[in-house]
Amino acid sequence: MTNLIYGLITGILFGFLLQRAHVIRFDKQVGAMLLKDMTIVKFMFTAILVGMVGIYMLADLNVLQITGRTMVTGGVIVGGALFGIGWAMLGYCPGTSWGALGEGRLDALVGIAGLFTGAAIYSEIYPALENTLLTWGNYGNLTIPDALGVNHWLIIVLFVLGGVLMFRWFEKVKL
Amino acid sequence: MNKIKEWLLVKFDKDKAMNPYVAGALTGLLIILSVLVSGNYFGTSTSFVQLIAILENTIAPERMAQIRYFTIVDPVWSWQIFFVMGILLGSFATAKIFGEFKWQSIPDLWRDNLGSSKYKRMILAFLGGIIAMIGARLAGGCPSGQMSALILLSVSGLAAMTMFFIGGIVAARLIYGGGEK
Repeated sequence: MTNLIYGLITGILFGFLLQRAHVIRFDKQVGAMLLKDMTIVKFMFTAILVGMVGIYMLADLNVLQITGRTMVTGGVIVGGALFGIGWAMLGYCPGTSWGALGEGRLDALVGIAGLFTGAAIYSEIYPALENTLLTWGNYGNLTIPDALGVNHWLIIVLFVLGGVLMFRWFEKVKL
Repeated sequence: MNKIKEWLLVKFDKDKAMNPYVAGALTGLLIILSVLVSGNYFGTSTSFVQLIAILENTIAPERMAQIRYFTIVDPVWSWQIFFVMGILLGSFATAKIFGEFKWQSIPDLWRDNLGSSKYKRMILAFLGGIIAMIGARLAGGCPSGQMSALILLSVSGLAAMTMFFIGGIVAARLIYGGGEK
């Protein structure tokens, strides 16, 4: 129960930030895909960099443990490309569609109906995928530093440097 | 009230949005706090499957028991379901407070490129939703879940996020014709 209340409060705070930064808007999401407006990339990548540094610091202090997410190459490549196509058509991603509905966007509500339909379809076709596409190139819970055999801070520093250079370029060319 | 509004805006730009870097950094801190307090990383696409599972469990439990996928994703009211409901509430309240709530069926950028047919917009939004969810489930998560995967430096997070943008950039160019008016 407490866990559910934490979920609700975290969601409300995230909803506040998404709305205030205008990143839940169709024009911003599709604008990024058309390479005309990088607002959502600035938002997402800054969140990732801050989260990365914080979570790995806490892991080094033994406050928490890190496990990577499962890398199934077939699922990630095919699913990733499919998601990108659907995302361009809908103009919202699953989380932001709820936020867009909160702002009064009715196309997001139709999109949410589509997302639920997709979830139902996936549950029906899963048996066919389970032993085919979802077995191709399974690397388990692989992290980038483990894959390369280097210290995680080297990768984090590279991500931060890459991010800062990308942000500077965005601001220079006014994207 | 005005003081609070001013503080919440943090920084004004031309469309009175919060600076995306500031909002992003605060989101990063919120993720860290969520992990510390309740052990939950952000993610949203699983909640759609869970809600469908709960629905099927209520209306057709015998049939639901036969669906293999629902032995992997439990039909329970999870942190993530409350998280997405929170996004809806938080966005609604914030949009109301800042006077940005507006009923709209066709986004401006859509209208500029594809005209004002509501049916066309709704059909593409619905089909896009179906394709996006199937893709997200295959890839092991949508952008919010992949943000978490990338925070953990997972290879899957980097690969999925790259594929999202490749698929999105190609499809958006085809659908919206490069975005030129």
